[in-house]
Amino acid sequence: MPLIEFTDKGLYCRTGQFYIDPWKPVDKAIITHAHSDHARPGSKSYLCHTQCEPLLRLRLGDNRYQTVEWEESVLINGVAVSLHPAGHMIGSSQVRVECNGEVWVISGDYKIEDDGLSGKFEPVRCNTFVTESTFGLPVYNWKPQHEIFQNIKDWVCKNKEAGKTSVFIAYSLGKAQRLLQCLPETGLPIFVHGAIWNAHEAITRSGFPLPAVNRVSYDTPKESYLGNIVIAPSGAEASPWIKKFVPYAVGICSGWMQVRGNVRRRNADAGFALSDHADWKGLLQAIKETGAQKVFVTHGFQSVLARYLNETGIEAAEVKTEFGNEIEENSEAIAKEQEQTNNQ
Amino acid sequence: MRLFADLVSTLGTSTKTNEKLQALSDYFATSNDKDKVWVIAIFSGRRPKRVVNSTQLWTWCNELAKLPDWLFEESYHVVGDLAETIALLLPEAANTNASFPLHHYLETLISIEKENEMVRKNFILDSWNSMTQTERFVFNKLITGNFRIGVSQKTMVNALSKTVQLDASVIAHRISGNWDPAATSFESLLSEHAVSADYSKPYPFYLAYALEEDVHSLGAPDEWQAEWKWDGIRGQIIKRNDELFVWSRGEELMTEKFPEYHNLKDHLPDGLVLDGEIIPSQGGRPLPFSLLQTRIGRKNITKKQLQETPITFFAYDLLEYEGNDMREKSLADRRELLENIVNEAKHPALLLSPVITFSTWEELTALREKSREMGSEGIMLKRKNSAYQVGRKRGDWWKWKIDPLVIDAVMIYAQKGHGRRSNLYTDYTFAVRDGENLVSFAKAYSGLTDKEFAQVDQFVKRNSLEKFGPVRTVKPELVFEIAFEGIAASNRHKSGVALRFPRINRWRQDKTVAEINTLEDLKKMLEIYGK
Repeated sequence: MPLIEFTDKGLYCRTGQFYIDPWKPVDKAIITHAHSDHARPGSKSYLCHTQCEPLLRLRLGDNRYQTVEWEESVLINGVAVSLHPAGHMIGSSQVRVECNGEVWVISGDYKIEDDGLSGKFEPVRCNTFVTESTFGLPVYNWKPQHEIFQNIKDWVCKNKEAGKTSVFIAYSLGKAQRLLQCLPETGLPIFVHGAIWNAHEAITRSGFPLPAVNRVSYDTPKESYLGNIVIAPSGAEASPWIKKFVPYAVGICSGWMQVRGNVRRRNADAGFALSDHADWKGLLQAIKETGAQKVFVTHGFQSVLARYLNETGIEAAEVKTEFGNEIEENSEAIAKEQEQTNNQ
Repeated sequence: MRLFADLVSTLGTSTKTNEKLQALSDYFATSNDKDKVWVIAIFSGRRPKRVVNSTQLWTWCNELAKLPDWLFEESYHVVGDLAETIALLLPEAANTNASFPLHHYLETLISIEKENEMVRKNFILDSWNSMTQTERFVFNKLITGNFRIGVSQKTMVNALSKTVQLDASVIAHRISGNWDPAATSFESLLSEHAVSADYSKPYPFYLAYALEEDVHSLGAPDEWQAEWKWDGIRGQIIKRNDELFVWSRGEELMTEKFPEYHNLKDHLPDGLVLDGEIIPSQGGRPLPFSLLQTRIGRKNITKKQLQETPITFFAYDLLEYEGNDMREKSLADRRELLENIVNEAKHPALLLSPVITFSTWEELTALREKSREMGSEGIMLKRKNSAYQVGRKRGDWWKWKIDPLVIDAVMIYAQKGHGRRSNLYTDYTFAVRDGENLVSFAKAYSGLTDKEFAQVDQFVKRNSLEKFGPVRTVKPELVFEIAFEGIAASNRHKSGVALRFPRINRWRQDKTVAEINTLEDLKKMLEIYGK
């Protein structure tokens, strides 16, 4: 029996009796990171990284949480479990599982580039590697973060000159905080949507330093947005909520923006291919560095990446999971915010 | 190339016409004259000939990127654009600050047309190696054609008009017709002299908007002239300096394509321009568009074809007479002269597009119902005292089309779209029932909202039965109402019919696959409307 099985509730370790990122309620869940497709409610207890816990609390409410530091090994029913930085977002981890000398690593979501916020991705040697493949096609090749940040700042300045507000569309957990690393350098006030405000509060309360932002609220005078910066979760660009920033320009921050068609389909004025996932080369590099003899490819371009790995001499297979649908939850957040601002 | 690549990215992402206009006029204000001429050429559909085909481009790209063919193909289906796929897959260039101006690339492309493959390959590879990703994308686009980036010729003309301080309609005329971008200077292209020098030049076409309001909103019926709206190719017949030219609205010279027109010049006075429809007809009655298609692009025509599908010209306007521009005269005056000219010409290929007599809107509404029987797709309404304007304008000319034919069908195949629909299943094939079987009869790509496309895309991803390259066989479950303009018999299609301009009218979420139309229904429609 393999150390990790792929079940209808998620990735399961029978010996250790725990699940990793299960999509149905279980007794013991180990969570790679706080995005809704990986961290679902209803389980009896959760194990995660210290920095991940306040975010899980924000999303899942009060539960039994056990936290660990990176590299700190815990023994669960005779199975050694440790978390290692995945570089995807604050507190995101890969899960290393070891039993009787056999090692599996479950990547969760990850990126190779150190974004200065999420911890630097660390390759972990293993026999079997379970990897994501969100951007598993060679057309996805990211530019270095500093270059994208420069483009973002230039775009803000251009909008300011044209008398427009820069509205960024970014995931409320992860991408929004990454943007805050470069936007303060423009010297302009930054306003955030309620969903991002809540994440911001939870992160700063836990002692993690982030630059100051203002919440977009019904009593903020419209003039105060003009020429400045707003960050909102995805979906907001198509909701009436965004009308309050007229005149504005929309910039979407996502790896999908690498392809022009996506920028045009979402009617964005600009697309920035700023991603929290590994690009094609990043995936291949990470897989190689694990030294794994067997690779399971999950959410994304599974068939493409698995086929390519097999052709280049790394045994690989596809696995179907329920990961990769972070967007849906955001649309709820936007609807809620919409309702609130309308009622006020 | 950098400046042009920046222009293309701005135009491609901008969602507002004013911004596009500004970007273009900024470009015209800063770019060099040779490049400007090429930009005018490109945005008015005058690209240089293809000297390298898509297969060569992607083979060379793969050599550099060291990728297996199947991976290139997977990438292409996700990106949905060959030029962009290549730009994304190529390894980073050695020096991205070395690119030449736009005209250098286009003129070199023309100059290597007759060279061997090695020379052409070297030019492409060297060019890639000095370009940024955006420049490569634009360069590949120029080579592969299909330069559709969301800018109409009208926007380009308006921007130019702003920069050079000339009226837009004057510019539209001066850049029309036959000119070679490589041999034309910016100054001479826009000079008054050029128009008189090139006596083949057509006038810009006046185009109508669809009438969406109640027809009564047009006011008194006697102020309007009604004609049948024909489904052919809009064209202009020009006779100047004792030579004849036939232009299509796509500004393609059609003179040589249809022998029916050849001796027309002996029947027409000099200094004449007619506006009308290039359309096959028998005894004054138009034949279906599908028959016109059998004649387009065919150089050798058999006697049988000439007899069965004779091409004619339904004239409906007079733009130049005795060398004078008539466009400012009223339609009533132009029509009177036109009738005299056509009647005197007595040529079998030149017919008058008849005027419909009516006295009330109710009467015309009833006549409109007979459009299909007349072989037309509705009615054109033109104000009798209107001038002949430039481009698409509201107010004096309206097209009042009949409602399309509709049929309920089920989606059976789906394929990913292109451009802004890349990586979304938006191109569908539909089927009707034939007993127990489903028979495909039409493909459609348009008619749903973005939100509906996203829903159907999700359905396709979850309900794929088989994969044939980029095509997915889908569980036959989603029912759509398909609208189309006409129907004709066809032995190229399994169903035996070919539809004219099929599109999705609406998603019938209230219907199941058991309730769709049958092949029998389609054949009945063919019986009634297909003749």
